[in-house]
Amino acid sequence: MTDKDRQTISPVPRPAGEEEDLLRIWATPKGWRLPTAVNNTVIGLLYLGAAFLFFVLAGILALIMRTQLAVPGNDFVNQDLYNQLFTMHGTTMMFLFAVPAMEALGVLLLPQMLAARDLPFPRLSAFAVWAYIVGGSVFFLTIFFDLAPQGGWFMYPPLTLTEFQPGDNADFWLLGIGFIEISAIAGAIEIIVGVFRTRPPGMSLDKLPIFGWAMLIFAGMIMVAFPAVILATMLLEIERAFDWPFFTAELGGDPLLWQHLFWFFGHPEVYIIFLPAAGLVSMIVPTIARKPLVGYNLIVVAIAATGFFSFGLWVHHMFTTGIPALSLAFFSAASMAVAIPSGIQFFSWIATFAASNRKIQFTTPSLFVLGMLAIFLIGGLTGVMVAMVPFNWQAHDTYFIVAHMHYVLVGGMVFPLFAGFYYWVPILAKRQLSERLGRWAFWLMFIGFNVAFLPMHFTGLLGMPRRVWTYSEAMGWGPLNLVSTLGAFTIAAGVLVFIVDLARNFRVGEGGKDNPFGAGTLEFLPQDVYSTRSIPHVSSRYPLWDDPDLPRAVAAGEHYLPNAPTGGRETLITSPIHARPQYVIQMPGPSWSHVLAAVFTAAFFLLLTVKLVTPALICGALAILSCLVWVWGIDKGPDKGPIDIGGGLHLPVYVTGPMAHGWWAMIVLMIVAGSLFFAYLFSYLYLWTVSPDAWHAGRPYLPGALRPFLSALLLISSAGMIWGARHRLKIPGHRSLVSAGFILLAALFAGTGLGLEFQGHWGQGLRPQSSSYAAMVYLGIILSAQIMLAILIMCFYCIARILAGKLDRIRVASLENTSLLLYYLVGQALLGLLLIHGFPRIMGPLA
Amino acid sequence: MSAGRGLAGLGMALFLIACQGQQSALSGGGAESDRTLALTVLLGVGGAIIFLLVAGALLVALRGPRRWRSFLSAHTLVVHGGITFPAVVLSLLMIYSFAVLRAGPVPESGPDKPSHVIRVEGLQWWWRVTYLQPDGSEIETANEIRIPVGEPVRLELISADVIHSLWIPAYAGKLDMIPGHTNTLTLLASEPGTVRGQCAEYCGGAHALMALSVTAMLPPSYERWLAGQAEPSQPGETTGHRAFLSAGCGGCHTIRGSPARGRVGPDLTHLASRPSLGAGTLENDAAGLARWLDDHHQVKPDNLMPDYDFLTASEQAEIVTYLSELE
Repeated sequence: MTDKDRQTISPVPRPAGEEEDLLRIWATPKGWRLPTAVNNTVIGLLYLGAAFLFFVLAGILALIMRTQLAVPGNDFVNQDLYNQLFTMHGTTMMFLFAVPAMEALGVLLLPQMLAARDLPFPRLSAFAVWAYIVGGSVFFLTIFFDLAPQGGWFMYPPLTLTEFQPGDNADFWLLGIGFIEISAIAGAIEIIVGVFRTRPPGMSLDKLPIFGWAMLIFAGMIMVAFPAVILATMLLEIERAFDWPFFTAELGGDPLLWQHLFWFFGHPEVYIIFLPAAGLVSMIVPTIARKPLVGYNLIVVAIAATGFFSFGLWVHHMFTTGIPALSLAFFSAASMAVAIPSGIQFFSWIATFAASNRKIQFTTPSLFVLGMLAIFLIGGLTGVMVAMVPFNWQAHDTYFIVAHMHYVLVGGMVFPLFAGFYYWVPILAKRQLSERLGRWAFWLMFIGFNVAFLPMHFTGLLGMPRRVWTYSEAMGWGPLNLVSTLGAFTIAAGVLVFIVDLARNFRVGEGGKDNPFGAGTLEFLPQDVYSTRSIPHVSSRYPLWDDPDLPRAVAAGEHYLPNAPTGGRETLITSPIHARPQYVIQMPGPSWSHVLAAVFTAAFFLLLTVKLVTPALICGALAILSCLVWVWGIDKGPDKGPIDIGGGLHLPVYVTGPMAHGWWAMIVLMIVAGSLFFAYLFSYLYLWTVSPDAWHAGRPYLPGALRPFLSALLLISSAGMIWGARHRLKIPGHRSLVSAGFILLAALFAGTGLGLEFQGHWGQGLRPQSSSYAAMVYLGIILSAQIMLAILIMCFYCIARILAGKLDRIRVASLENTSLLLYYLVGQALLGLLLIHGFPRIMGPLA
Repeated sequence: MSAGRGLAGLGMALFLIACQGQQSALSGGGAESDRTLALTVLLGVGGAIIFLLVAGALLVALRGPRRWRSFLSAHTLVVHGGITFPAVVLSLLMIYSFAVLRAGPVPESGPDKPSHVIRVEGLQWWWRVTYLQPDGSEIETANEIRIPVGEPVRLELISADVIHSLWIPAYAGKLDMIPGHTNTLTLLASEPGTVRGQCAEYCGGAHALMALSVTAMLPPSYERWLAGQAEPSQPGETTGHRAFLSAGCGGCHTIRGSPARGRVGPDLTHLASRPSLGAGTLENDAAGLARWLDDHHQVKPDNLMPDYDFLTASEQAEIVTYLSELE
């Protein structure tokens, strides 16, 4: 397409009233209805604001700890409070600040970078944000009531079992993690579907901004890593509440199972935090240099490689647990190898700076980027040190590690975040932040950080372990600790200056320069509540540099979809690789339903934590009800299409099957469920290797071979029923009662299949409390039963839609998604039957 | 005082602490810790050099002469700086690290099989130390390990409750004590001396106050000391002994040679010969004992010993005298 053609995608001048329509349709609700907002900029800013608040709060906890450690033998806080403080500091920083902040950036920036009007599932993001805000706040408040967890941020059992922590404290930790699990997975769905399907026409994957690539890998890693911690937290809560012995050695459990699961999540988590932040840097550096990023392809490979390698490193958190030398060597090598992708990114940034034709200006975003480079470099080098097993044995669980991981996380994530904030404020706010205050904030934070954490490397090697609330003067750690404390307060002063800057200068709204830094990417196009006036055709990685007229043309409505032809919120869906326009998605607007769903979900978990079971169940039911209300109106059907989006393209407004964004979301969800089940398979086999005796003792309780076959038959028939239901649907305007019957039978068959499996083991007298084997058998059933519960609700929802005349051969999205999940369940349950009934029979004769 | 002098003073202080510190990974003193120290120095110096190189490259990229900058802006820089350079350096490091690793554990069989085996059990928040004798007998003590110089000693690490980690940096890296697992750590001390160790895995409440002392002795004195520990105590029927028993102390503590047979708390048979009380929390002298009996929940919060504030002053003094005599 030549420049001349592009002028004519949509004819100009645009008819009067179009922009007014867009403004009205995309308006942010005002006043008391503000919480119903779903615009990605509003929700994203709320998300980021909440994450920043938790950063400040967790930082205050750190200051209290630093005050306590400033001098030997201090009694500023007592042992019990200190143990709560470091647990809350770590948990809050990791789970309530770092991951949500990165997701917030995705929600906030991705649609702008892709010139999409919103993310594909606006209410899902909003739901995740509200659940996170309500749940996270309650979790954090526990510190004021002596109810905060005190098991360390990684909560190793047996210390966290009821025997050693009988109070509700540990349960609050599990609760806090539960919310972050929900919002992380919701975020992953948004980001994967958003990046693959809402790119502007012409932005093939090789033109995707690096931040988009980073978020894509981020979301992919969440899909694989979070299920491991979901399973781990399930195991711990079940053992705490019902005594199923997953971690109790006497009954065939193993405390190390927790560590494997936790770090299989926990190590990728570091990269989940780092990759998007590195993506930010890869966006900012080219702007500073006014040159395209050197080595774009290499960076994409590096990001993907980091994501891949990060799953092979988890054991390096367990080098001191006494694992065999061969494993040590493998994981040590893998831990070093992951340095290479970071090296690529580092040298790519250096090369981009060097390529610049102009004198680099040290604006506040540049300063924070350079600060990031210096700090993260040190963190990376000490990372290589701790990957060396013999050194690790000395440094592990000392202040050396405290120093190392703060260099990695503050360098790798906090500094880029501040850089990003100063850099992207112009697209959100009426005016820029103060350069003068920004410099003060940077230098205070940068100097304070190094003063606080550089000495800690030595404090650790001089013998100071982590998580100690006091030390005696004779140890000689006093002076170094005092220096660290002074540094910590200097960082705090820097953050305070930033907050002052925010208070004085940050005003959300339009106005000010659109592109003050001269960036080349789409988020600096002129914007309003509807994002860009029209969706540009993109033909390079830096469209604003290559076509200086683009901002004017986009704002004049010369590109795609300059209006709202369906009369509601909509955005363009393009093909996953080449970004060819496929259809226009009709998106939901503001609503209370998802807000209530979030509040009731949070209430459900909170009430369960404090063991108020009946109110919890009521809230759970209300949460499900709110979800049903929320989704009932989403499936708007094909009636308003096809529509003209410009460029001679007439697109449908409703598709189903593998082209639909909903289908993609369901696939993502299935991958998450699959990862969860994979983590279960790992746990089952791991515990078997640790205590084959428990399996041997459980063998007599195994039901006869006929029963699993019957279960399998029922499950397979259930899949057949839902297939039949899909194929007996009638054309629009007719109620497909036969299909409704089939759907009912599908739910019934699948439920009976699972029930039969449960009853088989129970009838043989196997009880989950008796051994790790028994606990694993019942856990497998639980994992399938929870999907079954969702399917049951979805089946009744589909039946209701059939009866309401909203589900037919064309308007079939609800049934399609229900079928997908049911097919997945059948697959998982069959695999489960094979494992539970096959494995002991195979291993029995061998033992 | 000028900043430079301050810095020099700090450096000097660091150096002194590093070399004399009883709990320092930088002091050396055992076979494994010496090898690791060499690796540490290499990694530290090498890391500093790489930092200076990369930071230098960054500075040149920002402000350097045009010719140098055009060299740095090449795509090949990303390939060689980001892939080749780290790959070579890391491979060499890995080989060295594995060499250190292989030299570490003393082989289980053959002439090097350790003749000294000590079982160390981690408990909230102290250490039960049992010397496993070749004849199958066991000698139990607590919160103190003694080893012969120049002879490999195998520690069998177990836990009674939660996960702990034994870390004696002067001799070796740390190794976890995990319920259901037995981990073995081999120590080889190169010269006599006393160092400090501490629990390195957060184990709840008083984790910060779970330390122990480790003394390396010349083999003859070690053998003499161990023979002494094997003996029961010679308490005599003192008033202190009776007060100890009537206060119920024997329910938790063992004093061999007396009716006190408890297994919950540390064995006190030769308490007076140990350097500290409360797992490295107080000096082991009459004042320390009195303080412990008075106020141990203040000294070491959450520790599992019941309060003994109901003892009268004279009872307490008698018990202190009695315990001070358990040589």
